[in-house]
Amino acid sequence: MKANCWMKKKTVEVQDVPEPQILNARDAIVRVTSTAICGSDLHLYNGFVPTMERGDVLGHEFMGEVMEVGPGVTNLSVGDRVVVPFPIACGSCLACQEGNYSLCENSNPNAWMASTMWGRSPAGIFGYSHLLGGFAGGQAEYVRVPFADVGPLKIPAGLTDEQVLFLSDIFPTGYMGAEMCNIKPGDVIAVWGAGPVGQFAIASARMLGAERVIAIDRLPYRLRMATERAGATETINYEKEDVQETLNALTGGRGPDACIDAVGLEAHGHGPMFAYDRTKQALMLQPDRPTALRQAIMACKNGGVVSVIGVYGGFIDKFPMGTIVNRSLTIRSGQCHVQRYMRPLLQRIESGQIDPSFVVTHRLPLAEAARGFEMFLNKHDNCEKVVLKAA
Amino acid sequence: MQTQGMSGYPDERRQMAGQAVDTLEDARGVGLAQRESRAVRRAMGLGWFSVALGLAEIVAPAAVAAIAGARIRPQTLSTLRLLGVRELVSGLGILSKTRPDVWLWSRVAGDAMDLALLGKTLASPKSEHARTMTSIASVLGVTALDVWSAIECSREERGLAEPDGIHVLSAITVNRPREEVYRYWRDLEHLPTFMAHLESVTMQENGRSKWVANGPMGLPIEWEAEIVADQPNENLAWRSCEGSDVPNQGSVRFLDAPGGRGTEVRVELAYDPPAGALGAAVAKLFGAEPAQGIAGDLRRFKQVIETGEVLHSDASIHKGMHPARPSRSSTPMSTSTSSTSATRNESTGSERSGSRQEGQVTR
Repeated sequence: MKANCWMKKKTVEVQDVPEPQILNARDAIVRVTSTAICGSDLHLYNGFVPTMERGDVLGHEFMGEVMEVGPGVTNLSVGDRVVVPFPIACGSCLACQEGNYSLCENSNPNAWMASTMWGRSPAGIFGYSHLLGGFAGGQAEYVRVPFADVGPLKIPAGLTDEQVLFLSDIFPTGYMGAEMCNIKPGDVIAVWGAGPVGQFAIASARMLGAERVIAIDRLPYRLRMATERAGATETINYEKEDVQETLNALTGGRGPDACIDAVGLEAHGHGPMFAYDRTKQALMLQPDRPTALRQAIMACKNGGVVSVIGVYGGFIDKFPMGTIVNRSLTIRSGQCHVQRYMRPLLQRIESGQIDPSFVVTHRLPLAEAARGFEMFLNKHDNCEKVVLKAA
Repeated sequence: MQTQGMSGYPDERRQMAGQAVDTLEDARGVGLAQRESRAVRRAMGLGWFSVALGLAEIVAPAAVAAIAGARIRPQTLSTLRLLGVRELVSGLGILSKTRPDVWLWSRVAGDAMDLALLGKTLASPKSEHARTMTSIASVLGVTALDVWSAIECSREERGLAEPDGIHVLSAITVNRPREEVYRYWRDLEHLPTFMAHLESVTMQENGRSKWVANGPMGLPIEWEAEIVADQPNENLAWRSCEGSDVPNQGSVRFLDAPGGRGTEVRVELAYDPPAGALGAAVAKLFGAEPAQGIAGDLRRFKQVIETGEVLHSDASIHKGMHPARPSRSSTPMSTSTSSTSATRNESTGSERSGSRQEGQVTR
């Protein structure tokens, strides 16, 4: 079958690879119909995530048709149309039972690697490094889905792939980012980053009752999408305006009630890099990389919430802890517990409250995945979201 | 309790497996617990000293120069800042606990550099001789401590290559009642399901069990073991019988996790690999590889109890490194199970036929 493989930094290649097989009783094999390139795939593409290997199949946003199920899967049948959540979760550990699916305690066979880097391991993720399990991803014609009795969501007829595909990651991720803000009537929410996740954070904040949502980015076409499609009430182009001053002006000096970081940063490594980073910190030589996060923290109103859904992988320098303590800020974060949000968000799509397909700007055949990565990375042709058609 | 390195826990700890259960309480923390030696703790002290001195040299070079009796010139200050960076790197290196011996030797080299510079200062007519002499005396003192620590840590590092005893502790919480968790473990024949180094455990008629481990270079290692303590739902201990090639013992304790969070499983294993090359290989097998160590075994144990089996990924199913992609050679789930799949149309059917082979029970 054809699959999009990570070959080396800045190189992906669609190759012929063997088709997946059932490896565990609760597996299913899904024939992928649509898959997408995620902003977090760009971190892999740029070589910032450790433990990638030449030949790894990428992709954690995908949907398709069930082709085969293991004997442990009784709730799915061959032929079902499903969307698959990006975190792999067993459904029976304590974390899963508490709804924290992206913290599943059983789904990362390489948990020791993640524990070395982060202290403990989160859930495994499709196509996202060996540190997070070494699972082949869904930018392929077929994909093996572990714990298929827990994750995949059956999609009723009548909805197109593009309307439901983003239930796999970016819609729930944006929604969780907004939910973590504890939005109350009258709240003003600022969202850093008007990429696909930012768009869904903006749309979700409006759905959850935010009075106003301010989108912050540097690309006019993304800011335009934020106001015209996602529901942002104001925008700030940070290359043209000072973010803090403008936010102050827009909020009567109070600052946004909550700030969402939908940007993230290209993460650093671990091991010897850790000692190196600490030395750099001591010498104040580390470049300002988590710019969005620091801005979000500094801008947030006293007692407000900073909700971090952009991906961070390692360590950041000059984290403004003082302002967090002295101004009673709350930092909330997490990889999205997608399984928790899929059903309620599907209902919102079915009832017409939102049509997530508005973010799609480019549709390519799977064979042109490399061109899709290039285009998305360089923001060519006003690229916002690339969907790859596998079948 | 005396704490020592992996290479030499006291003899009395090797005795009864029953005692091994008690020593769990001595464990500081969980995970692959290895006791920190005195030499390493002393090295940590030197590490912090390096960090403090390094920071002082970077932040307040003038004050450091004054203490050393040096004339304060711009070059002196920038030299001191560079020395500060060197101190910091050595210090953080030691504190990282990866090969502290190497970092300690880097401190010794640094001491030599400092002494050379202080000697130069002393030769300068504009230095304050008394202060410089005091500094030289202090540095000589620290140098002696550095050399001693470096030698000790190097010795210990060499010792690890040929350990004469391995002792590991680990713990995990399983989201199931204590009775169920105990029952699964009590059937020792289940152990190879989640213990990576074990090939099989077979119960024998005399009540003993026969253990076969995957030895180095495909060499199986066998021994007989007996249960030496068994309190249902609470603890279990076993140990190899007299005359085993690899004397070993293990114990596991089951405790209610607070607030209905399931069962805490605490395991302690001790091995006495024989001397020589076989011993070193066995040591590596049992203790050194994190993925094969007891922490990994316990993660797999939890997977089996909570989800029914050990989870594989496209990479983890292979021994050694393999990209995260399906492969023809991977061994699918056991042949005793079957799966259902679609009848594929002509074109997809032929496309997929390549992967339908050994071990895969279809339709």
